[in-house]
Amino acid sequence: MVKEKRQIVVPGETIVSGNEFLPGDGAYRDGADVVAERYGIVNIFEKHIRVVPVSGAYYPRRGNTIIGTIVDITFNGWLIDFGGAQNAFLSVAEVPRYVNKNEMQEFLNFGESVIVKVWDVKSRGVDVSMKMRGFGKIEGGMIVSIGANQVPRVIGKEGSMVKIIKNATGCEITVGQNGKIWISGHDTDKEVMAKNIIELIADNVMEVGLTERVEKFIKELGLDAEDVEIIAEDTDGGEE
Amino acid sequence: MEGRNNKMVGKKSLYVKRVDGRKVDEVRPMIAEVGVVASADGSASFETGGTKAIAVVRGPRTLHPQHMQDPKTGILRVNYGMMPFSVSDRIRPGPSRRSEEISKVCEWALSSVIDLSGFPNTVVDVFIQIPKADAGTRVAGLNAAAIALAHAGIPMKEMISAIAVGKIDKTLVVDVDKEEEDFKDGEGSTDIPLAVTSRSKSIALLQLDGKISLGELTAAIEMGKKACEDVLKIQIDALRETTDDRRQMTGGKNG
Repeated sequence: MVKEKRQIVVPGETIVSGNEFLPGDGAYRDGADVVAERYGIVNIFEKHIRVVPVSGAYYPRRGNTIIGTIVDITFNGWLIDFGGAQNAFLSVAEVPRYVNKNEMQEFLNFGESVIVKVWDVKSRGVDVSMKMRGFGKIEGGMIVSIGANQVPRVIGKEGSMVKIIKNATGCEITVGQNGKIWISGHDTDKEVMAKNIIELIADNVMEVGLTERVEKFIKELGLDAEDVEIIAEDTDGGEE
Repeated sequence: MEGRNNKMVGKKSLYVKRVDGRKVDEVRPMIAEVGVVASADGSASFETGGTKAIAVVRGPRTLHPQHMQDPKTGILRVNYGMMPFSVSDRIRPGPSRRSEEISKVCEWALSSVIDLSGFPNTVVDVFIQIPKADAGTRVAGLNAAAIALAHAGIPMKEMISAIAVGKIDKTLVVDVDKEEEDFKDGEGSTDIPLAVTSRSKSIALLQLDGKISLGELTAAIEMGKKACEDVLKIQIDALRETTDDRRQMTGGKNG
């Protein structure tokens, strides 16, 4: 009864039949059938059925790293626009140091960009935190925007692609799952090169053998993947 | 008068052969494409003969003005419009009585299948534009919009497929074109756009412009439902095709 894995479904299509199956995200039950509620790839784990979307807007999930901008300051936190349906909320309790509630814009002001982790996703909004290493306020560098669906290809298998770009340009790169990428390097030229490489990947997301293409492009830019060492591994943002 | 249907009881229908040589239950050639607008969250185009519709979906996103927000669910907004050059006489751009009406009926039809309860206070915008028109633009628009909504990853209980059935004099035909719609002889033409959901096969939209008997209408709806199966197949194929590419894209990740 169970169809092969990685099957693509459209809304309203029966995925499996049988009362033993449990519909998860993107699926619902209709009588004995488990039916797709979204367009995407079927993921069957034991008797649990999910539909993973392959296109469309970015939907935050717990644990995601996202990059956004401060759009509002409330009495106990900040509102961050990250390109999702609602703004994310960053509480003063979720920042790495004590912040006086009367001087909140001293720490994060309107229009400033932050790297944060998704802590909780509710239908009413998203709670984020920046208490861990690698999260915090963005100072310097540049932010590149691509589609959220193109992010997995930019990261590559276990971060292989982003590692290639880091090695070639010597830039520090943080990829947000919402399609925003922060690049920070010694000089602007290298940052622009990193941006060009990322945009090449985003434009050719469907291609097979993209790694070779990227390596060729890096050579064309006059960079050598071997020579440049990565600057400061740790990106403890937020404070100085 | 009674019991008349496309089997033509009594007087013969003046419309026996279709102008483009199609069978009465034959639809025009259809092409559907997914992802035609790169900047959108979801997009699709749908073409039947000389009619083409492009649908773009944006959202869910925060709804402004705030007083329109619904804290229980997200809302759907549909905007339909014909492009000035879509027909031989220029169409004045901007909203008209007709385009506002079509936007509204498309909104109601699509609302019956989508579920935005997971996105309170937000809006999903659907923009339908008609670059070329040869009758049946609202059904082409609905077909494109259904694909675009699926492409945008919006939760939907099922798909929607739509077709226009017509009664040309006494003959029932499916997927009416402009020449048939303008047929004046005998009883003239009756236009019945209808939309059917893919799973429960319920009717999401039914409009009627002209005169028709109850028996004929029942027959027309049956014909329309059958034709919607063909439309649905085109829609599903278009969605599957893009995902095949997409699968390469994610390179085994994202599974």
